[in-house]
Amino acid sequence: MSVAAMDKNGNGNTFAASLKDAAMAAFLAAVLGFFFLALRTDIVPGGLAITTRWGLWFTAIAIVFGVRLLLNLFVFKTDRPVTGMLSGAGAGLGARVPGLGKWLGRALFLFALVLPFFFTSFFPGQQRQFIDLAILIMTYIMLGWGLNIVVGLAGLLDLGYVAFYAVGAYSFALLSTHFEFIGFWSALPLAGLLAAFWGVILGFPVLRLRGDYLAIVTLAFGEIIRVVLLNWYDFTGGPNGISGIPKPTFFGLEFTRGEGGFADFFGLEFSTIHRFIYLYYIIFILAIITNIVTMRLRRLPIGRAWEALREDEIACRSLGINTTNTKLTAFAIGAMFGGFAGSFFATRQGFISPESFSFLESAIILAIVVLGGLGSQIGVVIASVVMIGGIELLRNIGFLGQIFGDGFDPTQYRMLIFGLAMVLIMVWKPRGIVSTREPSVALKKKNKIGSDMVAQGEGH
Amino acid sequence: MEYFVQQLINGLTLGSIYGLIAIGYTMVYGIIGMINFAHGDIFMIGSFIALTVFLILTSVLGFTFLPLVLLLALVVAMLFTSAWGWTVERLAYRPLRGSFRLAPLITAIGMSIVLQNFVQVTQGARVKPLPPQIQGGITLMEGSTANGAIVVQLSYMQIIIIVTTVVLMTAFTLLITRTSLGRAQRACEQDRKMAALLGVNVDRTISLTFVMGAALAAVAGMMFLLLYGVIDFYIGFLAGVKAFTAAVLGGIGSLPGAMLGGLLIGLIEVFWSGYFSVEYKDVAAFSILAIVLIFLPSGLLGKPEVEKV
Repeated sequence: MSVAAMDKNGNGNTFAASLKDAAMAAFLAAVLGFFFLALRTDIVPGGLAITTRWGLWFTAIAIVFGVRLLLNLFVFKTDRPVTGMLSGAGAGLGARVPGLGKWLGRALFLFALVLPFFFTSFFPGQQRQFIDLAILIMTYIMLGWGLNIVVGLAGLLDLGYVAFYAVGAYSFALLSTHFEFIGFWSALPLAGLLAAFWGVILGFPVLRLRGDYLAIVTLAFGEIIRVVLLNWYDFTGGPNGISGIPKPTFFGLEFTRGEGGFADFFGLEFSTIHRFIYLYYIIFILAIITNIVTMRLRRLPIGRAWEALREDEIACRSLGINTTNTKLTAFAIGAMFGGFAGSFFATRQGFISPESFSFLESAIILAIVVLGGLGSQIGVVIASVVMIGGIELLRNIGFLGQIFGDGFDPTQYRMLIFGLAMVLIMVWKPRGIVSTREPSVALKKKNKIGSDMVAQGEGH
Repeated sequence: MEYFVQQLINGLTLGSIYGLIAIGYTMVYGIIGMINFAHGDIFMIGSFIALTVFLILTSVLGFTFLPLVLLLALVVAMLFTSAWGWTVERLAYRPLRGSFRLAPLITAIGMSIVLQNFVQVTQGARVKPLPPQIQGGITLMEGSTANGAIVVQLSYMQIIIIVTTVVLMTAFTLLITRTSLGRAQRACEQDRKMAALLGVNVDRTISLTFVMGAALAAVAGMMFLLLYGVIDFYIGFLAGVKAFTAAVLGGIGSLPGAMLGGLLIGLIEVFWSGYFSVEYKDVAAFSILAIVLIFLPSGLLGKPEVEKV
């Protein structure tokens, strides 16, 4: 079909061809949108009624026509596409500036270190909102780094990572609500251990599976854990979840007003923002620990075994690597960090329910890892900031309401845009945003390697 | 006994729906080796289109002859859903052909999120109920239990679903085994590069695979709508995962396997709900998947993968 014709017919006839192609795309949009944009079914007394929205339908067709035409003229059907410059610059950046990743990493680290104070001094009105967003992004960075061990290093495609996040969150919530003496800090290692334990339990039966089969079984396990959490009323509270989870304390000091609180002890004026800053530093330190442990593990024999396993399982086995143990450690360590992040999530929210641990969450974490560039630590950071930060910012865009009228609510488009961004970034850069890798071990000189030289997520 | 037979009938009906969706997964996996994660949402799209067409025909155009209405709704839903299937492949998968394995999986998950949220935004998040259209049935058995009389009924709806599935499966098997398109498809499945060298239009064949899968998913979507009478934008996820489970259970890449797997998953789910607990029916289906894969990694009817060094 002619919509499919992406080939360059640069013999003077480009405009006509572009126009025809755009018309085809518009026709397709009309077909696809007819039952969804032009017509809408709604519940009315006595059944369902159909309302028509021709204006919306025609606008959508016109937008598709216009965008496709512009894309054709300037990108697809021209000899010098405008995006050529862009992607060329992006691809060459890492290669042209040696150590860019390292310096970017350091700069981001320093910024993250002072971030709460940056926001409290420059945006005093919105500090809480920004720090909250930073906590959220940091949580996803930590989850991304944890999953990166399993998917990026060991090459095991895990679609049920959220299960370990859930195990961590529920372990902490249940321990702290049942036993008085267990607080955040004593529950944290326990939650990590329990998550690691579940990582081994779930990992053990699936080790024989490869690639997509592994992916679907891990997805199934994630769903099983969610369904069990949802239905085991006596233990987990079912859909009502668990509330009243204690907040973390600073060496026994609570973030409360008055006598004996954090502010009182240090002679500061009480402010609710202290607790947010504290929470931020907890997740920041947890994330940094995840990163350091990952980077160190990569250099240890076990880390090298992970990467070797990712590249070629048969070669690994013939070299005497115990593939079962290697895979299980990857699962367990990845799960442990997921468990830590889960405990943090529980203490931050103060309330958890199975709803927070749906498959979508696994998909988002995996998307962050893959979009960032599998196995790349800095890529996870960039992807988290772009995807999570970008999506959350949509909540705060006021001017869109002025363009589209008052009834316009940008938050309901959040996930739609998230999904589109996932597709577009992947089509644009299939190897992720950061597409070069630092080799784990090198003789004398570390040369960057293109990520297409690395087996990724094939799940041997 | 009566209870058992009734559950058996219900299980076969549900299994037919899963089987029809599973074919879409298994064909795509067979030909390009990827999990088309958005397929469950294509099924959801199909049921929404069927619902809208049905409403237009009955309440706007005033058709009253039910078989005609259902047939028209089915045909229109199949056509428009095929367009969706084609577009998803064209936008999200074709640009990544030949890329590494995870890339199309991520775009597929992205597409699934896009489709769900597109329908949620344009059609609203509330469920759409449709009152039962086909009522009545044939009484097969009558018996009495301690709790009172029990009647085994094969409803007309269930007959329609099972007969449609059998007809479609027969037609589909003929299409794959007897036509040139089916031959091209099987050739692509075995060796895409060689098929291209021998003059098979690989891109077109893959597109048509998606179109056929989407059309079957639309049929399943419409049956789901008529059987349960209520749909929302989220039905695609669970149905999709279960259908994929069915495809894997039957041996992915194998068409009879997909149908067999679908029937088994339907039966497991219904019997588990009937005899044990409704809440844990999904756990039962997923556990069966894990157990089968661990002991029989290539599924029931699949070909074992040969590992070459």
